[in-house]
Amino acid sequence: MANALNELEKRLLAQVADLEALPQSGAFNLRENGKGVARGNSAGVEITPKTDKSGIDISVKAGVKGESVHIPVIMTESGLTDLVYNDFYIGEDAEVVIVAGCGIDNCGSQKSQHDGIHAFHLAKGSRVKYIEKHIGTGVGTGGRVLNPVTEIFMDDDSAFDMETVQLGGVTTSVRKTTATLGKGAKLNISERVLTSENQTATTYFEVDLVGKNSSVEVVSRSVARDGSVQEFVSEVRGRTACFGRVECDGIMMDNAVIRSSPRVSAENVDAELMHEAAIGKIAGEQLVKLETLGLSKQDAEAMIIKGFLK
Amino acid sequence: MLQLRNIRYAVDGTDGKRTILDGVNLDFNDGEQTIITGHNGSGKTTLAKIIMGIITPNDGTVVLDGDDITGLSVSERARRGIAFAFQQPVRFKGLTVGDLLEAARGGKPTRAELCDCLSEVGLCAVDYIDRELSGNLSGGELKRIEIAMALIRKCRVSVFDEPEAGIDIWSFDRLSGAFAALKGEGRISVLVSHQERIMRGADKLVVLDGGKVARVGAPDEVLKHIRSVSVSACGRLAGGENNGKRA
Ligand SMILES: Nc1ncnc2c1ncn2[C@@H]1O[C@H](COP(=O)(O)OP(=O)(O)O)[C@@H](O)[C@H]1O
Ligand SMILES: [Mg+2]
Repeated sequence: MANALNELEKRLLAQVADLEALPQSGAFNLRENGKGVARGNSAGVEITPKTDKSGIDISVKAGVKGESVHIPVIMTESGLTDLVYNDFYIGEDAEVVIVAGCGIDNCGSQKSQHDGIHAFHLAKGSRVKYIEKHIGTGVGTGGRVLNPVTEIFMDDDSAFDMETVQLGGVTTSVRKTTATLGKGAKLNISERVLTSENQTATTYFEVDLVGKNSSVEVVSRSVARDGSVQEFVSEVRGRTACFGRVECDGIMMDNAVIRSSPRVSAENVDAELMHEAAIGKIAGEQLVKLETLGLSKQDAEAMIIKGFLK
Repeated sequence: MLQLRNIRYAVDGTDGKRTILDGVNLDFNDGEQTIITGHNGSGKTTLAKIIMGIITPNDGTVVLDGDDITGLSVSERARRGIAFAFQQPVRFKGLTVGDLLEAARGGKPTRAELCDCLSEVGLCAVDYIDRELSGNLSGGELKRIEIAMALIRKCRVSVFDEPEAGIDIWSFDRLSGAFAALKGEGRISVLVSHQERIMRGADKLVVLDGGKVARVGAPDEVLKHIRSVSVSACGRLAGGENNGKRA
């Protein structure tokens, strides 16, 4: 296929990577149904397929600015299980935007599963904006399963800004993110999750603040409807003078269940760590406020949820 | 015309039924501004919420232009042309000032409309439209945005519950102007307030006491009566030193 994408492929690509077509500039790698199908390098970014297992190595040269890397995964065949290892090496002082994500369309009765294991190695002073979207579509009874693993190793004064979004359609997901931060490194994670029907979504965050003055901020907002179940587990360990904040907000509707266990461990008197968790149904006063503006209860609910997950 | 007829509202208290409003009858005429005042806990917020349909009275009726609207929901009343600004503004995670003003107006406002509406409450649109209505805004800012949401709707009936609370004197000057401008064009405005300046600009002043209408009349006369009865208990009406306190 490579150049000619069909409608389904185009739609998935647009949903996971905001791409209308294969990018004409910047580095990219498109993986479809377990195989790399299109790849391109740019001046500052080189992508090489792994030889020992499935996956790619992405190297961003030191000092590169303003480049982007798109590595979307789409699955359109039912009954496929795909395991892939992607390793990112970000050179000193490089600045790059990486857009990953996976769209599964399963119209069949067998399970489709994608497990993406991503490791990021950030050299001193490098900065990464990482956007990862996961979606499931298709009317088949086969499950759409996603288990993304993200490992982040941050050298001194590097910055990693991660946006992870899963807005519906994924039957089961277990998302695991771990990070180790060096001196002055800054990690920012924003997570948005929406589940419905009988879906389950589990999130684990484990962050080690090892370097002096390193900091992490995690903001997770999730909505669980119908009979879906979500679990949020996070642990931030401060081993030196550092700052960490975890905020986890959940809105539950219908018969959904949300469990949240944010944990902070301070191992140094100068570690400043905090967490806030709030779970509950949509606040009645918010609904009433929007009703006073003329919105119906349903429209008010939709507006609150849309804003919350933005 | 908006009419309240024999409004009674009671809640279950620890020692039996507690009456909050007891036989309230009030008429709000077209083009008129009415101020409702009274001690903390006298039932002002409850009365305002009954007009909007947020609270349903146990007895009595709310009549707008001859139609009994007591059974209408909050959204239905909003669409009939009633606007309401809460004493305590509500916060929304993820929704911006722009989002809410758009919802209030029922469609995307022009930049000029946003500017006009926010400057009436002493805010500059450029600085605020993209701000989230969450903990990052101060109490006074939230309060002014709450008022702006009611103003931009340009409704036939506008109800403001203690709009002056938490507002600095500079913004208050502008706000008084905005409330004065609500009069005319047949519009009805109802303000719960303790501010003498707002009272004096109104057409009618209502004093609630223990859930009953204690007095209705021209602001000057009612104020004079309040002072003659008890300077100490009603001192807040005269001095304004308690401006900013929530009832
Ligand atoms: N849901 C409720 N349950 C019990 N008491 C209430 C309830 N709502 C209001 N009240 C009481 O009714 C009285 C009037 O309240 P409110 O209308 O808010 O007064 P105001 O606005 O004049 O200060 C107060 O004493 C208040 O505590
Ligand atoms: Mg009140």
